[in-house]
Amino acid sequence: MGSAHSVPAEMRELADRTGFTSEQIEHLHRRFKQLSRDQLTIRKENFDSIPDLEFNPIRGKIVHAFFDKRNLRPESDGLADEINFEDFLTIMSYFRPIEMNMDEEQLDRFRKEKLKFLFHMYDSDHDGKITLQEYRNVVEELLSGNPHLEKESARSIADGAMMEAASICVGQMGPDQVYEGITFEDFLKMWQGIDIETKMHVRFLNMETIAHCY
Amino acid sequence: MRQVSGVGLLLGLMALPAALGQRSSGSPINSNQTQSFAIVSFKWEHVKEPYIITLWILVASLAKIVFHLSSKVTRVVPESALLIVLGLLLGGIVWAADHIASFTLTPNVFFFYLLPPIVLDAGYFMPNRLFFGNLGSILLYAVIGTIWNAATTGLSLYGVYQTGIMGHLNSGLLDFLLFGSLIAAVDPVAVLAVFEEVHVNEVLFIIVFGESLLNDAVTVVLYNVFESFVTISQENVTGIECVKGIVSFFVVSLGGTLVGVFFAFLLSLVSRFTKHVRIIEPGFVFIISYLSYLTAEMLSLSAILAITFCGICCQKYVKANISEQSSTTVRYTMKMLASGAETIIFMFLGISAVDPDIWTWNTAFILLTLVFISVYRVIGVVLQTWILNHYRMVQLEIIDQVVMSYGGLRGAVAFALVALLDDEKVRDKNLFVSTTIIVVFFTVIFQGLTIKPLVQWLKVKKTEHREPKLNEKLHGRAFDHILSAIEDISGQIGHNYLRDKWSNFDRKFLSKVLMRRSAQKSRDQILNVFHELNLKDAISYVAEGERRGSLAFIRSPSTDNMVNVDFSTPLPSTVESSVSYLLREKAGPVCLDMQALEQRRKSIRDTEDTVTHHTLQQYLYKPRQEHKHLYSRHEIMHSEDDKQDKEIFHRTMRKRLESFKSTKLGINRSKKLNKIHKRDRGQKRRNSSVIPNGKIPSENPLQDFTLKEKDLEFSESEENNDYETLHLGKGVDFLANVTKQNFTDTPNGDMDHDVEMTEYSSSDDQLNQNQSVSMTPLHFFPSCLQMPWTQNYSSLENRGNISLSSVSEYIASCDPNVPDLFWEADTDTNNKETANSGYGSEVSYKSENSQEENSLLIFEGLEDSYMKEPQEKKMLLDVQGNYRSAAARRVQSRRSFHRPKPLQHPKLQKLASLPASCHVPPHSLEQEETQL
Repeated sequence: MGSAHSVPAEMRELADRTGFTSEQIEHLHRRFKQLSRDQLTIRKENFDSIPDLEFNPIRGKIVHAFFDKRNLRPESDGLADEINFEDFLTIMSYFRPIEMNMDEEQLDRFRKEKLKFLFHMYDSDHDGKITLQEYRNVVEELLSGNPHLEKESARSIADGAMMEAASICVGQMGPDQVYEGITFEDFLKMWQGIDIETKMHVRFLNMETIAHCY
Repeated sequence: MRQVSGVGLLLGLMALPAALGQRSSGSPINSNQTQSFAIVSFKWEHVKEPYIITLWILVASLAKIVFHLSSKVTRVVPESALLIVLGLLLGGIVWAADHIASFTLTPNVFFFYLLPPIVLDAGYFMPNRLFFGNLGSILLYAVIGTIWNAATTGLSLYGVYQTGIMGHLNSGLLDFLLFGSLIAAVDPVAVLAVFEEVHVNEVLFIIVFGESLLNDAVTVVLYNVFESFVTISQENVTGIECVKGIVSFFVVSLGGTLVGVFFAFLLSLVSRFTKHVRIIEPGFVFIISYLSYLTAEMLSLSAILAITFCGICCQKYVKANISEQSSTTVRYTMKMLASGAETIIFMFLGISAVDPDIWTWNTAFILLTLVFISVYRVIGVVLQTWILNHYRMVQLEIIDQVVMSYGGLRGAVAFALVALLDDEKVRDKNLFVSTTIIVVFFTVIFQGLTIKPLVQWLKVKKTEHREPKLNEKLHGRAFDHILSAIEDISGQIGHNYLRDKWSNFDRKFLSKVLMRRSAQKSRDQILNVFHELNLKDAISYVAEGERRGSLAFIRSPSTDNMVNVDFSTPLPSTVESSVSYLLREKAGPVCLDMQALEQRRKSIRDTEDTVTHHTLQQYLYKPRQEHKHLYSRHEIMHSEDDKQDKEIFHRTMRKRLESFKSTKLGINRSKKLNKIHKRDRGQKRRNSSVIPNGKIPSENPLQDFTLKEKDLEFSESEENNDYETLHLGKGVDFLANVTKQNFTDTPNGDMDHDVEMTEYSSSDDQLNQNQSVSMTPLHFFPSCLQMPWTQNYSSLENRGNISLSSVSEYIASCDPNVPDLFWEADTDTNNKETANSGYGSEVSYKSENSQEENSLLIFEGLEDSYMKEPQEKKMLLDVQGNYRSAAARRVQSRRSFHRPKPLQHPKLQKLASLPASCHVPPHSLEQEETQL
């Protein structure tokens, strides 16, 4: 509570921008400090201290996303070395659930933002296209949790998925066309009709966070 | 009309035996003197009971057929309502015939035989993720909601009774509460029956349906508690009894769940070891889950919960363990039993109502019950949803609440429970029974009828059935991981956190114990979707072939290029084990064709069709084997048809590959094939020691993957040797013909092919022109080398940073004798066929004349240049390197999409040198050879 009183204006500003309640921000702030060991910024190494994250097959990509400037500010690119609490909140706000009072336009924007986040995660070379190679990497990582699954099957799955994507996005291609990669527009097209409401939301509880850190 | 006449017939049948039965019982006495052996005796009494039951089931099933004769009726009126009405009719007729209600739905039959299949079906096919995702809401509605309904309905009725509107009843508060508790529960059977036809969105469905399943525990406990309270009478109910009741709720519900989980574990474990008793494999599913039901019943726990959770928990492991056929069997049997039981339940509900003895009319009581259950349901739902929406991520909106309130159907469970009441203790039993029947009829018929228009009117979000998409699954998986990571990072224990931990635990321990090793491998859901898609594609492919009576569409390479993903992007390590490329190939053709299929349907090529049809008739559809007159109870013999189907399938797959290869390699390849085919007819095979498997490795992956299941069947060893030698030849001929066809098909640059050219679209014509430009120099290349070249060339174009020298290096690295090896395989099979070799090559030869001349020329040149290849290659490359017309680029990029690619030939080489373990299992290799 103390911190809330000390910087109420800043808090309100943050709350407005990210859509979190001040309570949630407070909890997240506490967590942030826990992770950063009371520093003002967080570095990649800090995420290593989360034990549960270790088993996540795509942890690298997720942690990376926190430092991806494209996710932090519009019109910027590159990779940040460290992020402050505001950035941390910005990333977290991608996972905010939909609110009841949102209108169609807001919902659409919300959805686009979320998908953009995912897209950036896939597009590791920042060229605005998920190429086959990038897709393969993601799928390989995704399936790496299953020790019985060979890398090659993962790859063939990625190929199949890419083909599917091409057929969805471009439809029937001329024989001489080559599908180079999934652009963000294609990505949106692929998600059409798929309900992401349940898929990309985390409920940020108002209760005390459980400390998992060492 | 038909129904009625059917019923009349049935009644006649039933009346007849009754009359005959008397006579036959009398006859032995009369025939005492003779004591002769009766040739035919009529023993109606002997079979009476099962006979009547079977007849009833038959009537119900026939009725279903009749209902569905008119789709208009079933679209408007739910089947359950129709069945109840039919039951009423039948009951009326039976009653009119002999004035006794002989057939009623007895609680015993209902709880022991009719309910379990329905609930098991519900559990076994429960969408687990959805169920557990909404478990909190479901539990709230099931527990609190049911208690709320029971209490308010019972108390309100009692309150109204006190005012005296209902007149005099012999019931106290406890009787009313007892009645409230049995009428409160939403019925799984009714909900399923109605909601399955409505198709509301899955979240809504799972909440209503889950509630109806899980509220059983509450109902059972409330019912038992109040029944015992009624027995010991009001004065003796103490606080301790109430506490006992609450405790017993937890015991009953948790106990039932535990019993279910235990039996699910057992079932999964058993299913792991049924490999050699495939035939009875499906039986275990039913037997063990039924045991769970009976066990829970025996321990007076919630039997419905037990069998539900048995189904929910075992489904994953059982489905992974049992064979595809068994799982189909389980699916169908379960659906059949469930739907049969449902049919019977509703029909007998109708029949049971026709019994004047049970009817006690009390307008106020009945009407008020109807009003109370509806009103309190609405209030309950609204209150609980209000609470829930504070915690739910996906909010339940007002429309959802309306549907949920309206979907609170009561059904057979309530009826069976009320029929169980002891009329010694509950003196108003008959009133309760009649009210329950009215309530059930009202909810099932009236609400069932109106819920569909209501859902449409309110525009409730509906489920749309989507094809499984690979991308969707992949992204879904990514989301799961992201969400759990975000929860980890933000330090919360939420849904995703728990799910993540569970799936880790499952993978590490449970699956290891409960799943077959082979199943563990392929268990991944994404892989399943992938497999499913491939299989579906293959099936539709064969079906398409059968529909058209020809497999001509397989070889229309111009349509194969619907989706051009540039798979030629350089792989991270070109030195990677060649097996990986083999495996990688698996995916390609199948998926491609899926998308191309539509297009193919449109492209009609009549001439080809006739030719192929001819070929098929000649070779493929001939009965090729003697029927085996074998009977085995433990094995399902594959019928001739099956075999043929499989063979067609097999060949189709193979041919697709063939066609892919030919499009990949371009014209020269097919020319070469024919050429070599001719030349090598009598020639000994060379180098066969280098690649014992010939070209098979390049084929296998596809089969290996798409036919994972079928593999076993394909490698049936029953194929006898005579047959092999006899028909091998034809197979090869067939293939030869096909490749010949390919040749004519392939849009090539030769201008002689005006006829074929006209068939292509104008854009294709354009393309042909381009190709002819770009291809001409390539004619002097061995086709196999041409391929890698174009590959690399295009990749070069794409990336723009590979130097030409690296390309030529790469080509140089291709062993010059690779082409030889490659074709050796063909001669290999050729030599094997002893009987028909001449015939086959002749056929392919004759019809070839015009092209042959061209190719001969080319080939002469090719053979000559063969020796000095490296230099020439480089030279040509340089020429090509500068030859960067847009047209050429287009063509090359076009070719580049064909997938298996760059390393096709190096791969073959490597395969030969790989340890045997890296290969596909030997039997499948052999299979490859013998089949064609």
